[in-house]
Amino acid sequence: MALRTPITKRFISSSHASRSISSWWKHVDPAPKDPILGVTEAFLADPHPDKVNVGVGAYRDDNGKPVVLDCVREAERRIAGNLNMEYLPMGGSNKMVEETLKLAYGDDSDLIKDKRIAAIQALSGTGACRIFADFQKRFSPDSQIYIPVPTWSNHHNIWRDANVPQRTFHYYHPESKGLDFAALMDDVKNAPNGSFFLLHACAHNPTGVDPTVEQWKEISYQFKVKGHFAFFDMAYQGFASGDPERDAKSIRIFLEDGHLIGCSQSYAKNMGLYGQRVGCLSLVCEDEKQAVAVKSQLQQLARPMYSNPPVHGALIVSTILGDPDLKQLWLKEVKGMADRIIGMRTSLRENIEKLGSTLSWEHITNQIGMFCYSGMTPEQVDRLTKEFHIYMTRNGRISMAGVTSGNVEYLAKAIHEVTKAA
Amino acid sequence: MKSSSSSRGDRRLSILSGHLAPRTIDKEGSGIFCSPTSAADSVFANVVRAPEDPILGVTIAYNKDPSPVKLNLGVGAYRTEEGKPLVLNVVRQAEKLLVNDRSRVKEYLPIVGLADFNKLSAKLILGADSLAILGNLVTTVQCLSGTGSLRVGAEFLARHYYQRTIYIPNPTWGNHGKIFTLAGLTVKTYRYYDPVTRGLNIQGLLEDLGSAPSGAIVLLHACAHNPTGVDPTLEQWEQIRRLIRSKSLLPFFDSAYQGFASGSLDEDARSVRMFVADGGECFIAQSYAKNMGLYGERVGALSIVCRTADVASRVESQLKLVIRPMYSNPPIHGASIVSTILKDRNLYQEWTLELKAMADRIITMRKQLFDALRARETPGDWSHIIKQIGMFTFTGLNTKQVTFMTREYHIYMTSDGRISMAGLSSRTVPHLADAIHAAVTTIA
Repeated sequence: MALRTPITKRFISSSHASRSISSWWKHVDPAPKDPILGVTEAFLADPHPDKVNVGVGAYRDDNGKPVVLDCVREAERRIAGNLNMEYLPMGGSNKMVEETLKLAYGDDSDLIKDKRIAAIQALSGTGACRIFADFQKRFSPDSQIYIPVPTWSNHHNIWRDANVPQRTFHYYHPESKGLDFAALMDDVKNAPNGSFFLLHACAHNPTGVDPTVEQWKEISYQFKVKGHFAFFDMAYQGFASGDPERDAKSIRIFLEDGHLIGCSQSYAKNMGLYGQRVGCLSLVCEDEKQAVAVKSQLQQLARPMYSNPPVHGALIVSTILGDPDLKQLWLKEVKGMADRIIGMRTSLRENIEKLGSTLSWEHITNQIGMFCYSGMTPEQVDRLTKEFHIYMTRNGRISMAGVTSGNVEYLAKAIHEVTKAA
Repeated sequence: MKSSSSSRGDRRLSILSGHLAPRTIDKEGSGIFCSPTSAADSVFANVVRAPEDPILGVTIAYNKDPSPVKLNLGVGAYRTEEGKPLVLNVVRQAEKLLVNDRSRVKEYLPIVGLADFNKLSAKLILGADSLAILGNLVTTVQCLSGTGSLRVGAEFLARHYYQRTIYIPNPTWGNHGKIFTLAGLTVKTYRYYDPVTRGLNIQGLLEDLGSAPSGAIVLLHACAHNPTGVDPTLEQWEQIRRLIRSKSLLPFFDSAYQGFASGSLDEDARSVRMFVADGGECFIAQSYAKNMGLYGERVGALSIVCRTADVASRVESQLKLVIRPMYSNPPIHGASIVSTILKDRNLYQEWTLELKAMADRIITMRKQLFDALRARETPGDWSHIIKQIGMFTFTGLNTKQVTFMTREYHIYMTSDGRISMAGLSSRTVPHLADAIHAAVTTIA
């Protein structure tokens, strides 16, 4: 007996296996490569001895090697031989979440004391943003998200997959390679009241351009006037200035003004826990009862996605932050990483200037955090890759963490070469 | 920049005065604040508290109970005879190797996860000699345990497959429906469990799948059906396979208990391998939560068996687009442990022995419970306890009886009558038997 389906015109014999059937997936197009992660893939495939990877934002030491922090090694040592690997609750490790909230909201935060923060452990920053986006879709179904231009490319993917419509607001000023504050404020004022905004708490990715404290205060005030919702993506706390308290200033300003914010936190960079996928999503509520309700709903979104979050990374975090000595060690190591990057910024700028470049490179030292938005065009970036085997994303973003005293001169030479007037 | 110093000054004054004015919170909770600097209404003021997850809620209730004889037969996590959670020896050994290897770093995995892990996982479920693997017809991506594998597979289907309906067995794991719904699929059910025989309703199953639209997706539990413990025989699997292939239905296997059901990894994979052997396409979600005791590490894999290598490659690229905006890349720790074990001959061997020991202990508990009920002459046919397979037994007790057992005997289980055999020990079997006996003779 032969059966024919209208879609694929397949012939199926009941006595044979379906050998003559064609695939259900013939129509599937190959997906474009991820613009950021694709860079490292290309770098790894390059055999050239002088190749430099200033693509993905993973920290490297001055020898260009990835780093496992000493506090992390010690924490792992302590938790090895752990009694069990049982499921965490859907909301993750309570201990880890408590310590993480203190970092963002302050050790003495009244919001924490009053239990007004709904918070769950999340799969690093990506996972926190995604659960928030899904939550936003479910409970503010008519809302949109305002996203800065430019931003981390995956932000667009996250809110798109959550089916939340996106709008953009001005952020980067290409001429000054700084903040387009006037245009930003205009966009904030012109957005309908009660709009949802995505803000980078510090060390904006990819530009490294952050508002000043004064500018943050003005933004916060305008948000009050308009009744906007502020969602902070904080992926680099501690990494920007070397001081986690200072890097959380934007959030604290908003909290002082009484905003009920949302916040995504990640330990990928500042604890070097990249592959462990540890982070936290928090939402400030009016009272404890609301926080309990909101948390339960966040869990409802996590359950059909991954049931409960991974335990290992959370244990590392809570071991470190729960031990005063380990926490001190961590703070010291974070400052060390931030200081090395700040040093490399200075060095790169000086080296390019030394070569006699007529362009302004002060943005290299003005910008903050892991990334420098060099201002180079995609064509110039392509030349860097083809001629000098230097790998970065085509938007001209340089991961300063990939710059070392060993490659900074080579990098400077290459940048000067592709940017100087012909 | 537009702000002038005088307006900044005014603003500062207003901020300061705001701190001096008392906050008024409307008692009805609409949250109206009169201070200009205080919060407006929360945008989520309309959010109501979600109900407790029925399965995970059992453990919460159990933890609150002070009784010394309390028994947790809720969530499906393995326990030793002593009632303790178990970290397998091979897992401890693997962890030690990983910790002591200073060259290992914690960088991001690729979006699809650890390559070794993916290859080894495919081999585990499909067999080392699998022609599908040899022909590069399989794409495998590391995901967050079974849940994550199901969700990623379902999201892919919702985007790329022409049929948006998935048929799930009745009953099934409580989270299945939510996973598929949130991924964008429509969920229907097919008959599975027969409460009269406490076995498989094969007729109902074949009828329901027989009337499904061509191309519909069908969720199949590879072995040790959760919650019933009722599996098709090999002959019945063959009937199911023929029907599925004849209607071009798309099988989606959930394999959460490979090795745990019978004690044999190959035996527990037979249903999956039967389908792959006929050359057709299928989806497979694997979990290492139970069979390697890695619950909280969230280790699993999604394999999609395709007709050609080219298709498999394109499918993989599209899976990345699903994963990247969900969590970017999967957690490294658990997958590293699995990979370390699977690729080392000695560790692998040792694992199979530890796995068999866990499965054997559960089979022993089944026997002991069955004998205990027979000894008490508890009314009813309890042979399903030894016929069902895997971690769970669908006792056939109703909600009232379950409530009674919780209240009077401090037995914690899900209200559908499912008990986790892994939570029993020789010491606690008599208490459970007493409870069942009392429930059945007291309450209809």
